[in-house]
Amino acid sequence: MYAFIARRLVATIPVLLIVAVLVFLMLRLTPGDPAAILAGDAANTEQIARIRASLGLDRPIVVQFGIWLGNLLAGDLGESFYYKTRVVALIGQRLEPTLALATLTILVAVIVAVPLGVAAAWRFGGWFDRALMGFSVLGFSVPVFVLAYMLIYVVSLKAGLLPVQGYRRLADGFWPFLYHLILPAITLSVIYIALIARVTRASVLEALGEDYIRTARAKGLPEVRVLVRHALANAAVPIVTVIGIGIALLIGGVVVTESVYAIPGLGRLTVDAVLARDFPTIQGVILFFSFVYVLVNLLVDMSYVFLDPRIRY
Amino acid sequence: MKRTILAAVLLAAASGGAFAQDKVLRIVPHSNLAILDPIWTTAYMSRNHGYMIYDTLFGSDEKNQVKPQMVEDWSVSPDKRLWTFKLRKGLEFHDGKPVTSEDVIASLARWGKRDAMGVALFTFVDRMDTPAPDTFRIFLRESCGFVLEALGKPSSNVPFIMPKRIADTDAFKQIEEHIGSGPYMFRKDEFKPGDKAVYVRNPKYVPRKEPPSGSTGGKHVYVERVEWNLALRDAQAQVNALVKGEVDIIEQPAFPLIPGLKSDPNIVVYTYSPPLQYMARFNHLHKPFDNAAVRRAAMAAFAQEPFLKAQVGVKELYKTCPSMFTCGTPYASPTGSDIQSKSSMKKAQELLKASGYDGTPVVLMKPTDLTAIDKLPDVAAQLMRQAGFKVDLQAMDWQTLVGRRSKKDPPDKGGWNMFLTAWQGPDIWNPIANAALDTRGEASGWFGWGKDDKIVELRNQFMREIDDAKKKKLAEAIQVRAFEVATHVPLGEFDAPLAARKNVTGFFRQTGNFYWNLKKN
Repeated sequence: MYAFIARRLVATIPVLLIVAVLVFLMLRLTPGDPAAILAGDAANTEQIARIRASLGLDRPIVVQFGIWLGNLLAGDLGESFYYKTRVVALIGQRLEPTLALATLTILVAVIVAVPLGVAAAWRFGGWFDRALMGFSVLGFSVPVFVLAYMLIYVVSLKAGLLPVQGYRRLADGFWPFLYHLILPAITLSVIYIALIARVTRASVLEALGEDYIRTARAKGLPEVRVLVRHALANAAVPIVTVIGIGIALLIGGVVVTESVYAIPGLGRLTVDAVLARDFPTIQGVILFFSFVYVLVNLLVDMSYVFLDPRIRY
Repeated sequence: MKRTILAAVLLAAASGGAFAQDKVLRIVPHSNLAILDPIWTTAYMSRNHGYMIYDTLFGSDEKNQVKPQMVEDWSVSPDKRLWTFKLRKGLEFHDGKPVTSEDVIASLARWGKRDAMGVALFTFVDRMDTPAPDTFRIFLRESCGFVLEALGKPSSNVPFIMPKRIADTDAFKQIEEHIGSGPYMFRKDEFKPGDKAVYVRNPKYVPRKEPPSGSTGGKHVYVERVEWNLALRDAQAQVNALVKGEVDIIEQPAFPLIPGLKSDPNIVVYTYSPPLQYMARFNHLHKPFDNAAVRRAAMAAFAQEPFLKAQVGVKELYKTCPSMFTCGTPYASPTGSDIQSKSSMKKAQELLKASGYDGTPVVLMKPTDLTAIDKLPDVAAQLMRQAGFKVDLQAMDWQTLVGRRSKKDPPDKGGWNMFLTAWQGPDIWNPIANAALDTRGEASGWFGWGKDDKIVELRNQFMREIDDAKKKKLAEAIQVRAFEVATHVPLGEFDAPLAARKNVTGFFRQTGNFYWNLKKN
């Protein structure tokens, strides 16, 4: 097991290096000049050229890449062109809102979706199963921003129960923190509820057709125990895989939700950095996302050992 | 009833903070604040940040008249070459140190290396000195007609006064400390880029006695704290937050949402600043717009109304303005504008035919993500096609456009022929500030690189002229020539109103986005 973890961690290095090279090259080939953006609308070409030089963008790409890679290997992601702040510090500032939103979303999604999926499999073909499948299709189909605006209108503007926007840090108190996250988490969780419920239903349905379920029922075990202890436990691997992918996607893909609810997370940072052609920040954030993907996948793989005793690394 | 109680309980539990809510002004600015040095960039957000924490020697009132701000008194020698200024008493930086003439000189010197008007002014400056801590002098090589206009210019780059140790920073490096003597103090420890910027009242600030007007007058602060919400950038979400009372002011609500805001009894929509002007800019370096006759044909095709109707839409928010200077300001005049204002599509077609246009496609850049100007290029393309131009309308994001417009390469090698933009009124209200009228060719620097020696000469005369009536005549002559050679095309003006909760009062006519004199009841 430890050898497996070590091998996987070592394998992340070439993955991250390839990502680094690709991101660096793609950014240099994309149109747009960070110096022109920084200089402002009324700046002239001479001023832009001087800013370009001060950012080191007038050097050959190979030299720029060498400097950046050298810094990267020393653990330095560089300084944001746009914010004049270390990229690591920027990611640190934006990590909490995104992690908080992702965690709450996944919690809500798992707590709601897994029981629903199990129940739908248990009542396969019945009205509840059909209703859940219908909800799943809807959950996949409704764009997040549409759902967000609908929830804001009903819950915030009409009922006045929750704020329409904003984020409070955990350090400001747990309730203010939660109060501002409930609506964004519900908005974002709908698609994950739809996804996890469908996968849970399919996996549990498959498990329910197995001989050991028939045996458990023949032994006279209560139906809840059959469903949870025997069916769900054996159906856990695909469910956990989907949840893992969901977490990874959430961390890098909450841009719309963060925009609509004005949450200063990593998604917004990425969009702002792209719009400002803030190369160091884009490179840093994408490297970070890649690392998170690799790490989450590793954790998911490791969890298989605990979920299915037959799996050994 | 139950719902109301629940909402109240939830809100009470979630709220808190050191300041009473009526002492905190929560503002949604028009953009993100990233660069904290208003001399290093011309970005309006950085300028607005500057107005919060710095003060200026002079300002421009709502009638565009230059008035003293940090300056108490000033005099000029009979030959107009020696200007002596005395600072007001009691001026103090946020770190407790007094504002001295040394600070002023250092600040002006840095500004004079970056700002277009500053650079122009410093071509006249022989030297500056500080005979006393509260007095500074500017010695000119020859008389110059815009000393006060430059020192009191209200828009980017504004000559803000900083402590000498900060102002001594290389003009092409960003400052690291943000200490001014303005009505608010910047809380760097609370600044989270892309999230929020916080300013607190400067208790030692001594406002002038005059009422606030433009960027001049008494800068009274009645709130303890101003918070700029930098994360709230979705237009609908901004309105939702204002309606719910989670923010107090939206600096620039989207045009389509303004009628809805006006119908809300708790919200007031103010038009508080000078109008903005749309502009089409030619690239004078390359075919077909290297030919003035072709540019004139395009100008004749560009009636202002279609642009304004398509982009702004709300009738009471726009108006045509047949002037290259902001309408309603001293140099605005319709003189020479007939080629555009009294033209027709038939005339444009005739002009194009007579111009020798060879069918070279016009590469017209369209920013798809900038909702304030994204419809203008479509209108321009259609009008030019009707006139007989071939148009290659290229969609891109604004930042790509900003990068591309600085390239002097031919259009088929990554360059361009035309883009459209918008200027805040104070940026184009005189021939020196108006970048499109700097016609020194590639030396002039502003994208498009127009070249016309006659305008250069007239502009030089304008800079030297001290008589207001003669300056007006010269500005008129510059405009006449600019229409003749079609340096660019003014496309009409529009207001960008502000929306605020009804309990915020004290708004006044401004020349930017200023947050003093406001009370939250």
